[in-house]
Amino acid sequence: MASVTLRDVSKTYPGGFEAIKGISLEVGDGQFCVLVGPSGCGKSTLLRMVAGLETITGGDIDIGGRIVNQIEPAERDIAMVFQNYALYPHMSVYNNMAYGLRNRGMGEPEIDTRVQEAARILELGAMLERKPGQLSGGQRQRVAMGRAIVRQPKVFLFDEPLSNLDAKLRIAMRVEIRKLQRRLKTTSIYVTHDQLEAMTLGDILVVMNGGRVEQIGNPLEIYQKPATTFVASFIGAPPMNLLPLRSDEIKSQFAGVSRVTGDAGLLGIRPEDFVISSDGVAGGIALGLTVEAIERVGAETFIYGSRQHEGQGIAANPGELPPGEVIVRIPGAIAPAIGERIRAIAPREKLHLFSADGRKRIDL
Amino acid sequence: MENRAIFSGKLLPYLLILPQLAISLIFFYWPALQALQQSFLVQDAFGLSTEFVWFENYVNLLQTREYYQAIGVTFVFSALVAVFSLTLGLLLAVMANRNIRGVQIYRTFLIVPYAVAPAVASVLFIFMFQPGLGMIARALQRSGVDWNPVLNGTHAMILVVIVAVWNQISYNFLFFLAGLQAIPKSVIEAAAIDGAKPMRRFWTIVFPLLSPTSFFLIIVNITYVFFNTLGIIDTATGGGPNGATQTLVYKVFQDGKVGTDLGGSAAQSVILMVIVVALTAFQFRYVEKKVHY
Repeated sequence: MASVTLRDVSKTYPGGFEAIKGISLEVGDGQFCVLVGPSGCGKSTLLRMVAGLETITGGDIDIGGRIVNQIEPAERDIAMVFQNYALYPHMSVYNNMAYGLRNRGMGEPEIDTRVQEAARILELGAMLERKPGQLSGGQRQRVAMGRAIVRQPKVFLFDEPLSNLDAKLRIAMRVEIRKLQRRLKTTSIYVTHDQLEAMTLGDILVVMNGGRVEQIGNPLEIYQKPATTFVASFIGAPPMNLLPLRSDEIKSQFAGVSRVTGDAGLLGIRPEDFVISSDGVAGGIALGLTVEAIERVGAETFIYGSRQHEGQGIAANPGELPPGEVIVRIPGAIAPAIGERIRAIAPREKLHLFSADGRKRIDL
Repeated sequence: MENRAIFSGKLLPYLLILPQLAISLIFFYWPALQALQQSFLVQDAFGLSTEFVWFENYVNLLQTREYYQAIGVTFVFSALVAVFSLTLGLLLAVMANRNIRGVQIYRTFLIVPYAVAPAVASVLFIFMFQPGLGMIARALQRSGVDWNPVLNGTHAMILVVIVAVWNQISYNFLFFLAGLQAIPKSVIEAAAIDGAKPMRRFWTIVFPLLSPTSFFLIIVNITYVFFNTLGIIDTATGGGPNGATQTLVYKVFQDGKVGTDLGGSAAQSVILMVIVVALTAFQFRYVEKKVHY
């Protein structure tokens, strides 16, 4: 049991490329922290720095009250699950799990107890004598998990462990990982590019972009109050609609809100916060849309509409930005026809406002 | 599903393997059969009469002391060359697989010896080890070793082993390096996190995963030593002194080409073929079982 603290951690490669630009982060004892971001944002690098597989060029990494910057991976008391599982192909499942314990000089009876226990938890009992090559993807994944849990480390590190599985298995394993972590109460750091995984697994979500942290918080908080437009469009699928607003539009729309200055900005509305209606929208927003495409996924329907220049509510400004596509998400499968004109409204409390560069949220 | 082009007809596959098959038949099987036929014949010195003598060539062969000496020399020579060229090749590959400055230059230079023809390699080493002239020979003599491969059989053996090893290391290096690079980095990292120190990591993870490469190289190396070292031995020692470096294949060459005992030489060829086939079969049968693919 341990907490993990990162203090202004950075990584600059010899060529001068800054992979991690000063990240501070605290993962409490027993918490499940998810690092999420697009490819190349530095999330895997950061995880590997915690593991000790990458050197750090600035700041401190503290695991359980001990600064581990210069300590070998083996001495950090961590276990890692790799994207490709990294099982030892020439060893049986049993030996794969026992390897780390043998290296630490544990006695065979104790090893056997631990491996059998892990096999029971992960339902690998029947496969202990098989080689990894004889297992399915999901089973290999479980062996990789088993190899991590037999060690009973202070921290679990997961590097996109589910990305090689098919969609159905991924969901099942996601639930299993969460249950397992709740049960073992081991501090965990989990890297993924899948925002759904991030939302469902994490106690703390760290949204990363370009080697920086965009926002840290619990998943719902981040979903409800994204700090930047990057977070707004990365968390949530389909992404939040972002509409550019001129300063006069902002003034008239948000008159009376003290924090709103006269600058131009970006208005954000989540697709599910729209309702198709002709009702009035006191303080809210109404968009006139022409339906361009429809996606029915059963329980809900996504409508892709283009904004009309002369529509109600906010007009687009053709000179500056092209009229954006707006995604509206409605429950059920009954949807307007393509080419039809609709009016989508969103209430005031569902609107998000950002500075024009997208770097700052303006609370309404 | 796998996408495969399917051709109808039975002729095409045979046509496609025909060139390779033709080369094997003309250059390997035909001469092999000729050797087999010739091993039952005795010819007089001028090639005027040929007599079928059944197994007389073999019987004579097995009664000569030199033949047993050649067998012994061959096994000592091949064991030494295989062991040293494999271990050194592996060692260099492990070194060159690390992230060090200029690693591409090392890799390139480590492959160069393979481009040197065996006979040329021999000449290079003769110069260096020539008693009285060679720089290494003189350094040895100055440090008190009475180095003389021309007279001392052990020294002669050391010399040809060095040349053969030097010539063969590059090949082993190349394959070991490719084998090492095929091992996923994450497996090594997982072992590091699992608490295995570098040496233990090497013996428990890397070495077992290299076993297909090692197995392949053992067979190739043995075959190399048995046959391809003819040029090295001929140039460096000529089989001497007193047969100390006369391997089986060199004796075939000596007796047949130089001594014009075609029947006896052919009988040796046949025995040599049997030995190599048996060795390879043995390796496939017993060593391959321990290989983890």
